[in-house]
Amino acid sequence: MSSHHESSSAHPSLAARLEKEGEVSVADCYQCGKCTAGCPAAEEMDVAPSQVLRLLQTETPTHEDRALKSLSIWMCIGCETCVTRCPQEVDLPRAMDFLRQEALARNVANQDASDVVVFHKAFLNSVERAGRLFELGMVGEYKLRTGHFFKDLGIAPTMFFKGKLGLFPHGGANKREVANIFARARAVKKESKV
Amino acid sequence: MTDLKVGYYPGCSLQGSSRDFAESLHAVAKALSIELVEIPEWNCCGASSGHMLDHLLSVALPVNVLLKARKAGLPQVMAPCASCYNRLATASHEIATSPATKAQVESVLQTSIDKLPRVLNVIELLAQVSDRIAPKVTKKFEQTVACYYGCLLVRPAKVTGFDRTEDPVEMDKLVAAVGGKTIDWSFKTECCGASFSISRSSVVGRLGAKIMQDAVKRQAEAVVVACPMCHSNLDLRRGEINQQLEHKTDIPVLFITQVIGLALGLPKKQLGLGRHFVPVKFPAKPLAPPTVP
Amino acid sequence: MSRIGVFICHCGENIAGTVDVAAVTQAALDMTGVVHAVDYKYMCSDPGQTMLKDAIVEKKLDGVVVAACSPRMHEPTFRRTAEEGGINPYQCEMANIREHCSWVHEKGTPTTAKAIDLVRFQVEKVKRNHPLVPIRVPVTKKALVLGGGIAGIQAALDIANTGSPVLLVEKSPSIGGHMSQLSETFPTLDCSQCILTPRMVEVARHPNITLYTYSELEKLDGFIGNFKATIRRKARKIDEKLCNGCGVCQQKCPVKKIPDEFNEGLSNRPAIFVPFPQAVPNKPVIDLANCTYFKNGKCKACEKLCPTKAIRLDQEDQIEVHDIGAVVLATGFKTMPVSNFSEYGYGKYKDVIDGMKFERLASASGPTGGAMKRPSDGKTPQHVVFIACAGSRDRLKGVPYCSKICCMYTAKHAMLYQHKVHGGQATVFYMDVRAAGKNYDEFVRRAVEEDGVKYVRGRVSRVYEDDGQLVVKGVDTLLGAEPVEIRADMVVLATAVQAQNDAEELAQRLHVSYDPYKFFAEAHPKLRPVETNTAGIFLAGTCQAPRDIPETVAQASGAAVKVAGLFSQPELTREPIIAVVDRQPPPVFSHCVGCFLCKSACPYQAIEEESIKNRNGDVLKVVAKVNPGLCQGCGTCVSTCRTKAIDLQGFSNEQVFAELMCI
Repeated sequence: MSSHHESSSAHPSLAARLEKEGEVSVADCYQCGKCTAGCPAAEEMDVAPSQVLRLLQTETPTHEDRALKSLSIWMCIGCETCVTRCPQEVDLPRAMDFLRQEALARNVANQDASDVVVFHKAFLNSVERAGRLFELGMVGEYKLRTGHFFKDLGIAPTMFFKGKLGLFPHGGANKREVANIFARARAVKKESKV
Repeated sequence: MTDLKVGYYPGCSLQGSSRDFAESLHAVAKALSIELVEIPEWNCCGASSGHMLDHLLSVALPVNVLLKARKAGLPQVMAPCASCYNRLATASHEIATSPATKAQVESVLQTSIDKLPRVLNVIELLAQVSDRIAPKVTKKFEQTVACYYGCLLVRPAKVTGFDRTEDPVEMDKLVAAVGGKTIDWSFKTECCGASFSISRSSVVGRLGAKIMQDAVKRQAEAVVVACPMCHSNLDLRRGEINQQLEHKTDIPVLFITQVIGLALGLPKKQLGLGRHFVPVKFPAKPLAPPTVP
Repeated sequence: MSRIGVFICHCGENIAGTVDVAAVTQAALDMTGVVHAVDYKYMCSDPGQTMLKDAIVEKKLDGVVVAACSPRMHEPTFRRTAEEGGINPYQCEMANIREHCSWVHEKGTPTTAKAIDLVRFQVEKVKRNHPLVPIRVPVTKKALVLGGGIAGIQAALDIANTGSPVLLVEKSPSIGGHMSQLSETFPTLDCSQCILTPRMVEVARHPNITLYTYSELEKLDGFIGNFKATIRRKARKIDEKLCNGCGVCQQKCPVKKIPDEFNEGLSNRPAIFVPFPQAVPNKPVIDLANCTYFKNGKCKACEKLCPTKAIRLDQEDQIEVHDIGAVVLATGFKTMPVSNFSEYGYGKYKDVIDGMKFERLASASGPTGGAMKRPSDGKTPQHVVFIACAGSRDRLKGVPYCSKICCMYTAKHAMLYQHKVHGGQATVFYMDVRAAGKNYDEFVRRAVEEDGVKYVRGRVSRVYEDDGQLVVKGVDTLLGAEPVEIRADMVVLATAVQAQNDAEELAQRLHVSYDPYKFFAEAHPKLRPVETNTAGIFLAGTCQAPRDIPETVAQASGAAVKVAGLFSQPELTREPIIAVVDRQPPPVFSHCVGCFLCKSACPYQAIEEESIKNRNGDVLKVVAKVNPGLCQGCGTCVSTCRTKAIDLQGFSNEQVFAELMCI
């Protein structure tokens, strides 16, 4: 049993924070479901996209928790179909970004999506190190951390022979500058949370 | 013919797994007297992983690229990768519309941000010079193809401002300009699965299967794309796709630059056609009997 | 020397609870010119008004200030009372110490001081008031009804039945409007044409109604009671007196493939045509854009073959000017085109249609004789999906409002389909079901409970064609937002109700306000739904907002009564708070220099030019003149006048400055 609307200025709800930080107003959503109807990843999700918004609308911790722990937010592909068709122009992709970041910050990301989380982290780690993505390095970290060692092993040789598999990281970026951007982004975020 | 000079942002995938896109793009650019000026010391834009995990970073990285372009005196930047294009355009849009985000990004990059260069996708660039294409066609590309736009070239409309969000036509026009015939089909902008290519390739298989099935049903001999991710998901991941299709298909997937390059008579090697997983040959044997009259 | 009486109202506790009314009364007595000041609990009550009247007589007052509520509430009340007491009503002013004082401030000395100031302003003003006489304007007792749909028809009949003549002008070749295109009407499933055509015939036969079809209003000059309407009667190219409606011309016309507008493009019509069999008048018209003769000079088959020689190919449009006293706007609506729906195919799928097209399919007099045949191949659809809220309540499509009628007509369409195709299945994707009228909800329940229509709550994201069927991707939000995919044979979109394409242009031409969606604006959203802010122009039907037939008919009758009210008096009485251009003795004649800044500033086109002539007829000076029938007393002209030649009666420069000097 949950009572709705428990937000306060001391403990702002996710909806209130999403409005402030992401400029997305979940109150605009009137639950028509058009986003769900057109979502290519809907069948991979445990909570439908429109329902993720409903879970934020009530501003109750139990519902917010369900949204943050859902598999849905990691199954979202970021294809922007939902916001393109939404009659109320609710920026659901931005809301999904916000929830993903919040879920990681609270360390409650759904376990079944761990491979997806690892992929994204491996991608950004690669960029932080070299300024540009080193695909082989990223895949290597992904395999190490997910344990999916044998997947795609078959196509690796083909890729290599077709010249699509760079064995070494590409130079060109200003590595120090990029690493600095990553560090500054973390610092600025920390400052804004104080 | 005067050189059309445009800032060029290759993005990480054109250096690696989508080398064929880069090769064909450079070949076609040279043939059409377009000078691609690579942005010095460009960094990764962050792609999907960026905005999914860290919003501020995902705006700062592309803005850094655009500032470099500005510094190099480039008023326009063309990003052939649809995801890079979308990130550059989105970051630019957020700087223009959200003072709070702008302030934070300025703090991260430790510089003030003035007007940023205009961001173009590869189709916009080719459309700008479409009158140069027709006179240089030596061998008409007389195939029937399905133009597949994917998600990020046309959505969200507020950011891209390009073509129609449903049933777009700009790529179709380019193919028609080199003698090709394009089919009217219903999966032009349906998502291919994007970055799930590595972490959830079965999803790519499922979504890609729907796309290929519709194209084959309407008797397309090839699918033409303008995005390295789409190409990879429909070409490299053809195995996963065919697993989910009742009738397997081996119609090839070409980049729009490869199509134009073929029509301009450029050699296949220059266009990177040998690097595909699904061999590029016409007419392909559709293993599925056509069902649409 | 002025003898002013001040009456301070307590308004119960509304004023007295915050303002020290006794102190205000005392202060008033100390003001120069005030000879009487009292306070009372309710000035507007019977005893209060009697007290006012008695004081005027006893104390020989020549001016009255009532310190109470807003003049918008009770100015007419107190002015009438003052008149009954024997002084000119415009010698009575109100000081608003309620809305402008007690209702917006806390109790305390400053509040009372402000109340005293407000009273002082009005005292100073009233000292400089002049008696004013209401303006009398003659009224032409003839109405113009623009639009011949059910709204225009009802308004015309009602006005005509009160004995006044009506000119009904309709743009298309026949009256009837959208209602004539409907198959059945909710909630009774009455045949639409069966209930409409008797009214149409009544209009044609009514001795007080002059019916001009295929005609348009070019210009409307003048003001309430005194309009001049310029009507263009477009040439039908037929002599209507000779034509007997035999129809030979239509049969023999060689141009047969023009998409028929009445049937929403589902069938074709010839270049010479009558829009539908029950058209009123039942006379054909030639479509000049498609007629061979008018395109390249050949043919003339109709002229040769007409048995009564009624074709007049050289007939010209006729312009007529009519004197009109009141106008009723009944120009109707359009629906959002299917081509606007990018996610449903941009209009390229023949079997994705809108509600109006469905009506023509369902209609017994339609192109399929009422049989359910889908447009692409004529097959009977076994599964039809109806999409409600297509374009309505949709900020993205620019229509955030609800179109009101679609929930009902969608239920109606689904029911008609189920009645006609017994094995078929209708599915309705809805957001809410809005069925608020009499017998409306029961009607929708009948569709679900008796006719087996399936209602699924959710919007449809996309419709695309596959293998001759339409794939509908929707969702069932009542089942936890579960995606639903249906392969339908036909999809019917309940598209948004919108204002006509030329509504904005017409409103600007007539100087009628309109809202951001180009619906004409009513004078007050609650209490004045059939009037506009332009005196003498009234509204009826969907040109004001989406509504159904019963409401349209009711509103049309309401507009008719307003017109009848206007026509019931021999003259129109208007408030004399108008601007006046001064006159001086020769050789000045007027301080007006004829710059006409006032004319361009006036929002009501109330300023004209007047030539001051000598006895020989030579023009000595051209000055501004205010039309007392149009002037609304806004004072804009007064602020623009460089020489202060124009002034506002009842709010003169002298009065206003006197008030300001009190601050």
